[in-house]
Amino acid sequence: MSNNNKSTLTKRILVAGFRGFYRNRTVSLSSIFILTITLSIISSFYLSRAIFDYTLGQIREKVDVRVYFNTDATDAQIGDVKAKLLGLSQVKSVTYTSKEDALSSFKEKHNGDQLTLQALDELGSNPFGASLSVIAKDTSQYESIATALSSGSGLLGDSGGAVDKINYYQLKDSIDKLNNIIGWIDTVGFWISVVFILMSCMIVYNTIRLAIFVYRDEIAVMKLVGASNMFIRGPFIVEALLYALVATIFSLIFFFFATIWVAKKTVFFFEGLNLHLYFTEHFFSLAGLLLLSGAVLAVISSLLAVRKYLKV
Amino acid sequence: MLYFDRVSKEYENGNKVLDNISLTINHGELVSIVGHSGAGKTTLIKLLLAEEDPTEGTVSFHSDNIHHLRGNDMTNYRRKVGVVFQDFRLIPNKTAYENVAFAMEAAGKQDEDIAEDVPHVMDLVDLKDKMHQFPHQLSGGEQQRVAIARAIINRPEIIIADEPTGNLDPLNTYDIVQILKKINDLGTTVILTTHNKGIVDNLGRRVITMEDGRITRDQKSGKFTM
Repeated sequence: MSNNNKSTLTKRILVAGFRGFYRNRTVSLSSIFILTITLSIISSFYLSRAIFDYTLGQIREKVDVRVYFNTDATDAQIGDVKAKLLGLSQVKSVTYTSKEDALSSFKEKHNGDQLTLQALDELGSNPFGASLSVIAKDTSQYESIATALSSGSGLLGDSGGAVDKINYYQLKDSIDKLNNIIGWIDTVGFWISVVFILMSCMIVYNTIRLAIFVYRDEIAVMKLVGASNMFIRGPFIVEALLYALVATIFSLIFFFFATIWVAKKTVFFFEGLNLHLYFTEHFFSLAGLLLLSGAVLAVISSLLAVRKYLKV
Repeated sequence: MLYFDRVSKEYENGNKVLDNISLTINHGELVSIVGHSGAGKTTLIKLLLAEEDPTEGTVSFHSDNIHHLRGNDMTNYRRKVGVVFQDFRLIPNKTAYENVAFAMEAAGKQDEDIAEDVPHVMDLVDLKDKMHQFPHQLSGGEQQRVAIARAIINRPEIIIADEPTGNLDPLNTYDIVQILKKINDLGTTVILTTHNKGIVDNLGRRVITMEDGRITRDQKSGKFTM
């Protein structure tokens, strides 16, 4: 086939596809409607993943292993422990809280509780020791950090004597629970999304199959007047791509407004995460994901549906 | 140009609809195939269009066994055969013009040729003023004329008309037959199946009579007799 013929064929397929899309508006609209729902399900999973990851991140940040020092620990000893902690590969960050900071935050917490504040004054000296808050790269690593810090491991050397206590063992249960929940939500969330997406794929396939079922006689006639398979399939592929394009636009418009609404409602709940901002920041990757999945889904459904009627 | 060589067709349920048919149709002939319902006329046409395969025997166009044609060869064969059906089988969401142009587009004809030929053929079937209407806006006779225009637009070697007047009133029937006769006069082979005695007797051309899947009569200039 010459280039000229190829471009004529492409042009004819495009024109027939656009014309079919426009003339069979009812069929096109029902396919677009179903495809929009499917793409919206995909978008919901995409956005809820963001909420989930953010919430987990927040929870993880709140969990730490705290190393409390004796009140007489020297700056050198604390500095040494800090440096050794930073040397551990599991450690993400180490934050130092001085004796004074601990005292003032205690006072702030008990502001108005005269009895406690009076008792503190009675003591005369600062009863708090300095502390280091250790954040691990992953919640599952707290145990190994705590083990490394324990007196038996010898990591801390001479500075170990300055350590009063490590609070990991008090937190162990909650950390284990959190790890379990994260693992569970991850697995269940994954399978729920797989099931939902598969179900909506089946619905899209069936809708498009029904739409093309209407054309079975036409396809037979096209074959009988000498149209090649490509010439018959082409316009259906163009129509499928148009469905995907319009459905993507519809879902994006829907989520543009939906995320504004959700962001307003949840801005206090997820402090720091504005879902609408997340949506606009990830607009192009979400649009690409929807367009690609919509196009693949619609085109494959069309091809499978047409294939059946091409065997004349 | 068309040869049926000891062709039989038996369906899976054991129903034998064609029984040892041998037949030659020459270039430029106008052949009427007549017979009762169930005589095998439609099956014969389906074999010609390669919509179905014979159980035994071969159907050849020139020297090609049409049931061995695949892909492009089959597409090319179908472009040499124009078909007209009793139920017209136009594409409902294309205008009359587009239905006819579709056959040319499918055959890869140039846009300029399409723009020139389609109005010309629509004129030939006397529908030039209605060519931008959709099939549902046309009467049965008009739809059948569109179907004929579509069948002849690519200048096929054969026109197969399967009960083309079955759904039409006498006046439209007469028109359609006149058009088919004109096409044949211009050199195209025409194969016509019909129940209509008047048409066959009027044409005074070759008549093949079928009964129970067999050819019972083949007359050079026949009448409708059953």
